Amino acid sequence: MSETFAFNAEYEARAQTIIGRYPEGRQQSAVIPLLDLAQRQAGGWLPTEVLEYVASYLGMPKIRVLEVASFYSMFNLEPVGKNFVQLCRTTPCWLRGSDDLRAAAKDVTGCGLGETSDDGLFTVVEVECLGACCNAPMVQINDDYFEDLTAESFKAVLEALKRGETPETGSKVGRKGSEPEGGFTTLTAEGA
Amino acid sequence: MLRDEDRIFQNLYGQDDWGLEGARRRGIWDNTKALLEMGREKLVEEVKASGLRGRGGAGFPTGVKWSFMPPEERRDGRPHYLVVNADESEPGTCKDREILRYDPHTLVEGCLVGGFAMGANAAYIYVRGEFFSEASNMQAAIDQAYEAGLIGKNACGSGWDFDVYLHRGAGAYICGEETALLESLEGKKGQPRLKPPFPAACGLYGCPTTVNNVETVAVVPTILRRGAGWFAGFGRENNTGTKIFSISGHVNNPCNVEEEMSIPLKELIEKHAGGVRGGWDNLLAVIPGGSSTPCLSKNICDSILMDFDSLREHNTGLGTAAVIVMDKSTDIVEAIARLSHFYRHESCGQCTPCREGMGWVYRVMNRMVTGDAEIEEIDMLWDVTKQIEGHTICALADGGVWPVQGLIRHFRPEMERRINERKGVTPAQAAE
Repeated sequence: MSETFAFNAEYEARAQTIIGRYPEGRQQSAVIPLLDLAQRQAGGWLPTEVLEYVASYLGMPKIRVLEVASFYSMFNLEPVGKNFVQLCRTTPCWLRGSDDLRAAAKDVTGCGLGETSDDGLFTVVEVECLGACCNAPMVQINDDYFEDLTAESFKAVLEALKRGETPETGSKVGRKGSEPEGGFTTLTAEGA
Repeated sequence: MLRDEDRIFQNLYGQDDWGLEGARRRGIWDNTKALLEMGREKLVEEVKASGLRGRGGAGFPTGVKWSFMPPEERRDGRPHYLVVNADESEPGTCKDREILRYDPHTLVEGCLVGGFAMGANAAYIYVRGEFFSEASNMQAAIDQAYEAGLIGKNACGSGWDFDVYLHRGAGAYICGEETALLESLEGKKGQPRLKPPFPAACGLYGCPTTVNNVETVAVVPTILRRGAGWFAGFGRENNTGTKIFSISGHVNNPCNVEEEMSIPLKELIEKHAGGVRGGWDNLLAVIPGGSSTPCLSKNICDSILMDFDSLREHNTGLGTAAVIVMDKSTDIVEAIARLSHFYRHESCGQCTPCREGMGWVYRVMNRMVTGDAEIEEIDMLWDVTKQIEGHTICALADGGVWPVQGLIRHFRPEMERRINERKGVTPAQAAE
């Protein structure tokens, strides 16, 4: 990370669009979306100089930006691997076997919880409910959800990432969304 | 069973186009101008008459909430805001996600109609940050609506200007609490505000604001088109309408499904989720309305109806209607201890009973899992949860202790069994 962080042209334009969503003088409202952009550009985490850049960009005291960055779980204040693997641990996923996924992640990436692989490809963490409970157990990797997982299908996802491929996101049992796996019980009427 | 034609979310599973064309085909944006022509007062009256209660957990009557916004004659020049709570994070709950990604136009249209009914010219939709692709669909739907003149200047040709903005959060359960959400939307830590003042008097940027759940807002245009009486015809009195239920855990086919309110829990699970794994008799317990609602033992589940009042009578609640099913293989104490871990993690740290209490409860619960405790500590745990409850600014701590109370209420013998077993006390000795 260079000390002269600045949004690239694309993110600069997006930052301006975002700021435009809030009334005059309320540009502080954009701090979360701008930190998100900054984190993407900075490689998945927020070094101090990036926080300072966002603070001066929005005319906010640095401490207010640090407060926000440290409060919300999606901001990383330390470097993370290229694939940021977040295992859901909360009850609905746990009931359907999230513990097996933790073991699978360890097998493929070598990472225990909170660890980053030596090659920098993976960081594995456990997180709280990600809001896809009818497709449990599930994992978020960077922006993508992988759902209805088993240890085997999850390993396949991680192996694909290891090979530099882009595995298919979503359900691993062929569901499009959260419809019952055995077939629709509603919304079956003609023309519905 | 609810007929398909009476389901509001016709694209719940994404089987059709979620974009504007598909939405129009399903009747969304059909002469929305006529709805606005009803006028503010009539709109609010219709919503009141429909009996719609908030779908985000608290179940407050929506029309009544809207009527708290200053009427036209009392406007003081401050803008009014509608803020949509799409920070869906209550464990077990994954219904708003389906609206955001597969039926986003129901929400955009709901924002216009609801916003107009409260005198707002702008709505902010606060989507939890992890819902990245859902937010992308939502933004695309907003863009389509602007493009088609459905929102923006002179929305739908109504003469009313209305903007809809998407705002992504960044991972904090507490931002589902309405005043924490407003703080977050203002670019701060999501720590709840003291009430009063209530948001309708002083909300976003100090302006009159109403915060509503996604599903609440999205159902409004259909209610208005088909009439308050149509909606009120489903479910029991005071518990009207249709509702999306999220069924997760130990069922054969976990799913979201829109059903009639007051449907028996057993019917809901057997008809739509393929039944409990191993059959109904293999059921141990159900968390009926998201993680904050206390669990129920099987004997209650046999006959209970899924609505606000029925669940209230059994010391629990409908919450978000997220049904978490646990079969007899479940370590029920750990299932609840995991929720204690969740609330400890999500406490914003502002109030002492919550900041310290959630950690304390989690540590004791962890010992309850292994039985490394004294029998009297079950009573102490109960007492402490009662001391935490009601003594914080927001309801997070209440939601954190209720599951523990539910566990003690229904599964105390199991907790005692573990403690005795670890001490080497036989059941016969324990009974003496």
